[in-house]
Amino acid sequence: MKLGTKLIPALILASGATASVAADFDVTIQNLTRGTYFTPLLVAAHPSSASLFSSGEAASANLQAMAEGGDISGLASDLDALGATQSNNPAAGLLGPGASATASLNTDSAEANTLLSIVGMILPTNDGFVAANGIEIPTAPGEYSYYLNAYDAGTEANDEIRGSGAPGEAGYPAPGPIDAASGTGGTGVAATVEGYVHIHRGVLGDTDATGGLSDIDSTLHRWLNPVAKVTITVR
Amino acid sequence: MTNSKLFSRSGWRLIGMGLISLGLVACGSDSDTESTYEYEVTITNLTAAQPFSPVAVVLHKENWQAFELGESVSEGVEMIAESGDNSLFLQDVASNEDAYSGVSGAGIVGPGGSETISVEAQASGTISLSLVSMLVNTNDALTALQTVNVSSLDVGDAMSYRLRTYDAGTEANSESADTIPGPAAVGGLREGFNSERDDVRDEAYVHAGVVTQDDGLATSTLTQAHRWDNPAAAVTIRRIQ
Repeated sequence: MKLGTKLIPALILASGATASVAADFDVTIQNLTRGTYFTPLLVAAHPSSASLFSSGEAASANLQAMAEGGDISGLASDLDALGATQSNNPAAGLLGPGASATASLNTDSAEANTLLSIVGMILPTNDGFVAANGIEIPTAPGEYSYYLNAYDAGTEANDEIRGSGAPGEAGYPAPGPIDAASGTGGTGVAATVEGYVHIHRGVLGDTDATGGLSDIDSTLHRWLNPVAKVTITVR
Repeated sequence: MTNSKLFSRSGWRLIGMGLISLGLVACGSDSDTESTYEYEVTITNLTAAQPFSPVAVVLHKENWQAFELGESVSEGVEMIAESGDNSLFLQDVASNEDAYSGVSGAGIVGPGGSETISVEAQASGTISLSLVSMLVNTNDALTALQTVNVSSLDVGDAMSYRLRTYDAGTEANSESADTIPGPAAVGGLREGFNSERDDVRDEAYVHAGVVTQDDGLATSTLTQAHRWDNPAAAVTIRRIQ
């Protein structure tokens, strides 16, 4: 996940930085996929005691709301209660394929916030999301790159047809560009709720715009990891 | 990230050559800071049925890069991605003041196969290495290693990377036998380079994988065997001198 790991020790050694854990930094998130969109991204620096999810374990209700419908308000409230530094929704809406958005964070007055987490739903999916789950925020000035994978929240069956963004309701929401590029009339992929957060297996899709199993386009909406690039620029 | 990229052939090659000439003159008075750096680059193809086109390896300054995600690629990269021909790409490298040297592997690196390619440069300061190759049973898929700092390697030491795959964004992914140059395109025209850019958008991005005829894409000449996942290649870089 971290291409920058080879770079980080060198920079830290070079600067001799050990004591300060505060950082003034920009976070640029780029959607690297062929044809998927990210819903408003949660971008937060938080204490090392916190994490938004654990792979292999069940998702929280607020992670589910993010993954199934793009609603980050619950997670943002959870993080507020922990004193997190947040700069959410840097794209002011959907982050399209190939596009980038930048959030600025400063933890100078919140030195406990040493980890960076980023999540946003991937559309069109039932409960897929892009995530950085607690990147250690570098403190030495410089540019650091990370590549993010797609996860499945495990809270909704991947039937791959249009439907609801409400937690617990089937189907995926289809705002503007998703509506335009999605098929209709799919009968639904036979799938079950997995029950735990895991690396997404990808979407099946089909090439039938008005029928078939799936409303997802197999020639446009599939992906291979990584799905996003994150660049942290520490000032 | 910098925006430095290969420039189009016309004009820049002459300018680049002029700058190289100036650079050589300048280096004459500053030669004590230059050294010879030589590396052996071993690439292994980790796919099931995607031969790699001859691998282009480049030593360069930090501010050069073969292509940038989210940006349109150069014609040289397009030509590698669509046909596997790296000659234009390496011509551009040879005339770019920010690139030290570029070489091509001897030939196709088949699935499961490996090749070791030597590359060297007279240089000072930071030296970066990049490499680019096509997955030939695709429309325009690349595997690439971008801008790895190799100047801090001691002689005899090595480092290893696993490479992912990219879509050059220059050709529609019909997967048809008429548009794929590789051996999977049985009975088709096997077109390689075509300057038309007709993918979903004219930008490089992480490849989504191939759909194949076995998964319902009627126009595809590919089968399930031609799919892959990341990483698609393993690379070891060893400093020889």
